[in-house]
Amino acid sequence: MLYREALNRAIDEVMASDESVVVLGEDVGLYGGSYRVTEGLVAKYGEERLIDTPIAELSIVGNAMGMAIGGLRPVAEIMTANFSLLAFDQIINHLAKFRYMSAGKTAIPVVVRFPQGVSRQLAAQHSESYEQMLSAVPGLMVLAVNDVNYAYHALKKAILMDDPVIFIEHELLYNKEGEVDFDADLDPFKARIAKTGEKITIVSYLKMVDDVMEALPEIEEKLNCSCEVIDLCSLNPIDHDTLAESLKKTGRLVVVEEDHKTGGYGTQIVSWAAEELFYALDAPPLRIAGEDVPIPYNRTLELASIPTPDKIAERVIRWGKNNGL
Amino acid sequence: MNKLLAEDIYYLMVLGRAFEYAAKEHYLQGEISGFLHLDIGQEAFSVAAVKAFAKGDIFSTYREHVIAIARGIEPGAVMAELFGKSTGISKGKGGSMHLTDLSRFFYGGDAIVGGQIPTAVGCAYARKYQGREDGVMVVFGDGATNGGAFFESLNIASAQKLPLLFLCENNQYAIGTKITRVAPFLHQAKKAEPYMPVYEVDGMDATAVYAVVKEAQSRIQQGHGPIFVEAMTCRYEGHSISDANSYRSAQEMKLCKEKDPIERMKKELLESWMAEPQLLASLEKRAQETVDQAVAFATQSPEPKPEELYTDIFCKECANVVS
Repeated sequence: MLYREALNRAIDEVMASDESVVVLGEDVGLYGGSYRVTEGLVAKYGEERLIDTPIAELSIVGNAMGMAIGGLRPVAEIMTANFSLLAFDQIINHLAKFRYMSAGKTAIPVVVRFPQGVSRQLAAQHSESYEQMLSAVPGLMVLAVNDVNYAYHALKKAILMDDPVIFIEHELLYNKEGEVDFDADLDPFKARIAKTGEKITIVSYLKMVDDVMEALPEIEEKLNCSCEVIDLCSLNPIDHDTLAESLKKTGRLVVVEEDHKTGGYGTQIVSWAAEELFYALDAPPLRIAGEDVPIPYNRTLELASIPTPDKIAERVIRWGKNNGL
Repeated sequence: MNKLLAEDIYYLMVLGRAFEYAAKEHYLQGEISGFLHLDIGQEAFSVAAVKAFAKGDIFSTYREHVIAIARGIEPGAVMAELFGKSTGISKGKGGSMHLTDLSRFFYGGDAIVGGQIPTAVGCAYARKYQGREDGVMVVFGDGATNGGAFFESLNIASAQKLPLLFLCENNQYAIGTKITRVAPFLHQAKKAEPYMPVYEVDGMDATAVYAVVKEAQSRIQQGHGPIFVEAMTCRYEGHSISDANSYRSAQEMKLCKEKDPIERMKKELLESWMAEPQLLASLEKRAQETVDQAVAFATQSPEPKPEELYTDIFCKECANVVS
């Protein structure tokens, strides 16, 4: 099953079992979703539940919030992360705060889904990542899932949760193949150990997990050691227990992310490790992140702006050799 | 409108004004802090609109103490919220601008100008989907009609034929900027005209506001889509308590106060409804006593407990989600 098909299946199943679930966004209905995530659902559930909205992101999230207050369970789709900026008032000032400001009187069961990241030459206004900003907002939960099986289970649980969840996807993951164990009971707020290992903990999420896995054989061969790869899945809250357990074992931390290095999400992980596990670390942490530049259109420049498997391997090997491996 | 209702509206208007003056007094004494947006002068609008929209969901702005009280929230719970106390309607976590009571289908104040309008649109969608008839009313000021959220909402509510009453309180000032300096006309209903039927009403006349909102609600319940009502009002105070109101001339304020909504309602009660002067005097006395009790309740109420800092963020607290 493809990643997008797993998401589709998750939405389909909750819509079938719960009439209060509605989907809204640009082209989610008759068109089937610009990444085909909602394909076929309008035929099953009608235009009343697959709501094609105008190009008005502030309203997509604001309306979803009102629907939730009114007793529905909306899944809002923003076509791409950069467009979510138009909805940031509704996401941050409303979705994240309403429950607290009203002293817990209401649940806000809203999921806001959007794809993000560098795809292929979409240029600066269609390629960015915003997990660093959204994960810093109290009142929001942020999921960013790499694995197809997790995509199915995490989205299903997110829709059934009573709190606002930002569900970040990556444009290059939609056609990823994977097995889905429909009967599994997965906790999407628990990090996934993509590979176990002994000497280095590599923490990543979304598409970068795949790039790390691609770089891994070379890293393990050149450094002659095994690495543990942790796919965070949940960016807020963070599963610190799984991270701590791994770091106590390996003593070395690498964080790989696609967003810009300054203020990037990985700062969160590294500062936590420095505060909480300083004496468990045998080496200074390494962050591999995107360059601090707008994403360029030209393919060569575009690839130069983000981590790639080659760059990840090269950086980790150099760092490992300088730090006793 | 009938005599009993007219008396009730009069009582709530007097109560609202007394409440606002008490809030001002206790702000100046340092017991209330933050922003405080007083509704003095605009009580006819706040009370009559809420009484007319008796059933249905209401979303409003940060100038909502009187709206909340008219909706039935205890004045003590509103005052305690202003005092930041644990007995406040939002447990002291929301403050003056965030009074919410879901049991009364009142989703309170929103402190982002226009921010509540898309929320109300979504709620109206939910009500239509659920087949519930009462509809939704969203209150906003003239300042909000210059923002994108407002125009997006006119478009969507109209395209979807939602049971939504857009209720614009036009007091002509966005903080200190007169509406005609930043918009091409005085009456903002013009902006809604291409999308839906619009009504204009004198917002200083409680009876007129009541009648228009009542009719608008019955129209939105017919399933033909939203209605826009604009009420022209005049606020007596500055935008918030820290605003000295220096941008309006003494002459303008004099004309404004000549249309006092409480005096007008009183005259109407005495002349058209043959109300007993003693009865009105007793209502006025009861209103002041209620406010005094609200202040006493707020003063005596405890502060929130320190652990309240971390509650009410999630339905399932994060700590429980990640074992």
